[in-house]
Amino acid sequence: MPEFALIGRARPRVDAAGKVTGTTRYADDLALPGQLWCTLVRSPLPHARIVRIDPAPALALEGVAAVLTGGDLQTTYGILPVSQDEQALCADTVRYVGDPVAAVAAVDEATAARAAALIVVEYEPLSAVLSIEDALRSAAEPIHGGGNVQKAVALEFGDVAQGLREAAYQRDDLFFYDGSTHLAMEEHAVLASFAPDGILTLWSSTQTPHYLHRVLSKVLGMPMSRIRVIATPVGGGFGGKSDVLNHELVAAALARATGHPVKCVLTREEVFYAHRGRHPAVIWIRTGWGRDGRVTALHLRTWLDGGAYGSYGVATTYYTGALAPLTYRIPHYRFEGLRVFTNKPACGPKRGHGTPQPRFALECHLDKVAEDLGFDPVELRRRNLVAPFSPTVNWLRVTSCGLAECIDRVVAASGFAQKHRRLPPGRGVGFAVSGYLSGAGLPIYWNDLPHSEVHLTVDRGGRVCIFSGAIDIGQGSDSILIAVVAEVLGLQPEDIQLVTADTALTPVDLGSYSSRVTFMAGNAAVQAAQRMRALIARAVAPRLGVPPEEVRFADGHVAAAGDGARRLRWQEACTVAEAVHGTLSASGAYTPPKLAGPYRGSGVGPSAAYSFSACVAEVAVDEETGEVQVEKVWLAHDIGRALNPLLVAGQVEGSVYMAVGEALFERQGYRRGAHAGPSMLEYKSPTMYEMPAVETILVESIDPEGPFGAKECGQGPLLPVVPAIANAIYDAVGVRVDEVPATPDKLLRALTRAKGGPARIGPTAAPPAAFGPVTKVRRPEDEDAAAAGI
Amino acid sequence: MGERLALSVNGRLRELVAPVSTTLLEVLREDLGLTGTKHGCELGECGACTVLIDGAPALACLVLPVEVQGKEITTVEGLADGALHPLQRAFMDHGALQCGYCTSGFLLAAKALLDRTPSPTREEITEALSGNLCRCTGYLRIVEAVEAAARVPHA
Repeated sequence: MPEFALIGRARPRVDAAGKVTGTTRYADDLALPGQLWCTLVRSPLPHARIVRIDPAPALALEGVAAVLTGGDLQTTYGILPVSQDEQALCADTVRYVGDPVAAVAAVDEATAARAAALIVVEYEPLSAVLSIEDALRSAAEPIHGGGNVQKAVALEFGDVAQGLREAAYQRDDLFFYDGSTHLAMEEHAVLASFAPDGILTLWSSTQTPHYLHRVLSKVLGMPMSRIRVIATPVGGGFGGKSDVLNHELVAAALARATGHPVKCVLTREEVFYAHRGRHPAVIWIRTGWGRDGRVTALHLRTWLDGGAYGSYGVATTYYTGALAPLTYRIPHYRFEGLRVFTNKPACGPKRGHGTPQPRFALECHLDKVAEDLGFDPVELRRRNLVAPFSPTVNWLRVTSCGLAECIDRVVAASGFAQKHRRLPPGRGVGFAVSGYLSGAGLPIYWNDLPHSEVHLTVDRGGRVCIFSGAIDIGQGSDSILIAVVAEVLGLQPEDIQLVTADTALTPVDLGSYSSRVTFMAGNAAVQAAQRMRALIARAVAPRLGVPPEEVRFADGHVAAAGDGARRLRWQEACTVAEAVHGTLSASGAYTPPKLAGPYRGSGVGPSAAYSFSACVAEVAVDEETGEVQVEKVWLAHDIGRALNPLLVAGQVEGSVYMAVGEALFERQGYRRGAHAGPSMLEYKSPTMYEMPAVETILVESIDPEGPFGAKECGQGPLLPVVPAIANAIYDAVGVRVDEVPATPDKLLRALTRAKGGPARIGPTAAPPAAFGPVTKVRRPEDEDAAAAGI
Repeated sequence: MGERLALSVNGRLRELVAPVSTTLLEVLREDLGLTGTKHGCELGECGACTVLIDGAPALACLVLPVEVQGKEITTVEGLADGALHPLQRAFMDHGALQCGYCTSGFLLAAKALLDRTPSPTREEITEALSGNLCRCTGYLRIVEAVEAAARVPHA
C-alpha cells in the first residue's frame, strides 16, 4: 500500500483547466467601469537633472483627467529597508533611460499616449556612468550622492593565506557573466480603484503582494488597513515581478487624484527597461589544492553592475558569496563582493538570485583545476563534497543532502565517463554541480513574525477552503497547497478550494521568491490541516468509539483505526465537529529556524534546507559558424521529496531552458545607456529549435523539516547547467568559456585564435578591488575546537 | 468615430464599431470580452495572441478587423466544444503549461497544425510552433502534448 494517497503522484495542475480554456483572469484581463488609462513619461537620457516639467499642454487635451509629476509623490521607497532610493516619479534627477518623470491618466490608451508626448520636460544632462570600471573611477558622477559603490563586503572565514601556503598547487581565473532579463510572457499590469469609503483596492501581476502592500502604504501615506492588494495569477515572474515598480504606485496615486479606476499595462519595451534582472558580474576565483585533490582555500571576488537603483541588490551582493561554498568542504574561505550604481535599468533578482554567476565561475574553474591536476572532473568534486547534516565554512546549516547520489546518477545516465575527452571533434560533454536554498531564512525587514500563514475553513457541504497569501506564478503553488491539505485530510483535490494573495482575505505569505513557497506555505498548510484534523478527530472519536488519536482520515471518510466499518463520511464528520466546536476553522504558520551565523551579513544564505543538483550537458559546436547546439542535458536534482513529480519535472526543464538562454544567447545590453534590443525579436531567447532534450532524475533525500520531506526545485536546477554547457564547449573545441553568453561571434574569434594554441573567451582584467577591509569570522570548526578546549 | 464591423468569432456573428486602426487583438479583448487571447508584445514577435482565421494561425496583434470580415475567427474560447479539445486535455495532462500566458497561442497554433497534418512528426511540430515563445516550460512538454493529442482518435 502506498505511503500517501496524493503526495508523490504526478497530477495535472489545479489551475490547468482555467489556463487551457482562456478563463484565468490575469491582471491585464481585468477592467472596471469608467476606468482611465495610465501612461508614464520616461527619461530619454541615462543621467540628467530635471530642469522643468510643464504638464499644461497635456492637461489641455480633451480626455485627460490628471497628470502627476515627481513633486506629487516625493516619498522614497525601496524593497529593502537599507536601500530606500527610488521615487515613483523622479523629482530632481533621472538615473537611467526609462526612469519615469510624469504620468498621465486619460480616457483611453491613445489619448494617454498623445498627452504623454505633449508634456514638456527640460533636462540638464549629467555625465553617465555605464560600466563597473566607470563607476569605480573616483571622478565618476555620483548617481545617488556619495560614491557609486552601493555595497562592499569583505568576509574571511579561517585564513585563506594559510590555506594557500598549505597548497601544493593554486590557480586563479577571471570570469564575466552578462546580464539577462526575465522576459516573462505577461507584461506587468495593474488596476487601482478607490471605493467611496476611501479604501484602495489594487490588482497587480506581482510576486510579492505583501511587500507591495507595505510600499503602497508608505508612498501614498495611507495606513495598510485602508489598502487591499490582490495579486492576480502571474503570467511568468522569474523574479521580475518581485520588486515594487513605479507603475503600481503611480496607478494608485492617479486613481486617488481622479476618483476613477486607473489601469496601467507596461509595453514590452517598458518591461525591458523595468528589468530588475540578472546582474552583470565579473568574478575572480583563486583556489589552493593538496596533491590529494582536496581544496585548501577558496578566495572569491565578485563585482556587480547594479544599474540605477538598489532594488534587492544588497542581498544579491551577499548571495554571490553566500552559496558558493555550499557544495564543498572549504577549509578557508574569503569572499569579497561589491555592487556599483550605473546609469542603466536596475538589476535585481532573477531565477537563482546572485548565485548563477559565481556558480558558473566556480564550476568552470574546477574543470580547469581537474585538468591541471590530472583528475577526472567528477572525481575532483567527489573528493570535496559537503557532507549531509554539517555546517559549511560560512555557517550554512546543511541538512539533507543527496548531492553524491545526484552525481552518481547523472554520470551513469549520461555516460559521462565514456564520453568526456572521447567524443569526436566538435562534440563534447561538461559536468557541474550546485546547491540552492529552500526559502530565505530571514525576512526582508526584520521581525519575529511567521513567514507564511494559512487559514482553513469548512463549509456545511464539507468543502474545505484554504486561505493563503501565496501567489501562483506558474510554479504550481496552488496545486501544492491543495495537495498537501487534501493528503492530510484524506480528501481529493476537487474537495478543496483556494483563496490566494488577497491582503483583505488571506493571511501573510512573504511572496513567490527565493524558492520558499512549497517549503514555507506548504509547512503552514500542513500544520493548519493537522489542526483541523485534530479538531474533527476530537469531535467524532466518541461516535466511533475510539480515542481521538485512533481516528483515521482517508478516502473522504473519517474512520476508526483498524475497523473500516466504523466510519463517517467526511461531510458527516464535519457536521458532528461543527456541532461540537462551533465554526470549523484552523490556522497554521511557518517560521524558519534562526540560523544566522556570528557575523554581519550572515542573514543572507541561511535556509531551513538546501536543494542540490548535478548536471551533464552534451553539445555540438559548429566550428565554421561558432554556433552551439545543446543536444541533451541530464539533470539530477535532490528535491527532498517530489510532492508532484509532473510539476517538479516542469521546473527542472524550465530551469534548463532558461540556463541555455543565459549560456548561449541572452544579453541585456545597452548602447550609451539605451537598451540594445528592447523587443522579443532582438533579445534572443531559445525557441523550440534551441531547446535540448532533458533527462530529469529526481533524488529524494526526504528533508526532516520540509513538508512531507520536500525541498525547492524552482531555481536550483538552473545553476549547474550554465557551467556544464561551458565545460562541454571546452570538451568539444578546446575553447575555455570564461564568459557567457557564449555567442557565435565570441566563439568564432576564440576558435580562430585557437589554431595557435589554447584559447578562451572571457575578460582579461579585473576591476579595482575596492572591497574595503576584511572582517575575520570564526568558522564552525573553530567554535567546536574552542568548546573542546583545543 | 469608428468603422462598423461584422466579425464571425467562434461561430457567432458579432457586430461592433471600432476605430479602423484598432487591431483584432484589441477588438477581441476589449470590445468582445474574449480575454483568453493574450497580449505579449503587440509587435508580432511572441505568438501569445495567435488565433485562427479560416483555420490558419494568425497573430491577432498584426491583423486589422476589416481584413477578416466574412472569415471565421477562432479563439481559445472557441476551442472546447462541449468537452475540452484533445489538445487542451493533453496540455493539462502532460504539464505543457505553467504560468499559462502563452498557452492559448500554442493551443491554436497546434490546432492549425493537427487540422492539416493529423499525425505530425516532431520536426513538423517544431516548425509549426517555433514562432510561439514560452518562458516557463522549456517547450518539451508542449511537443509531447501535441503528439499525445494527435494520437487521440477524432470522433
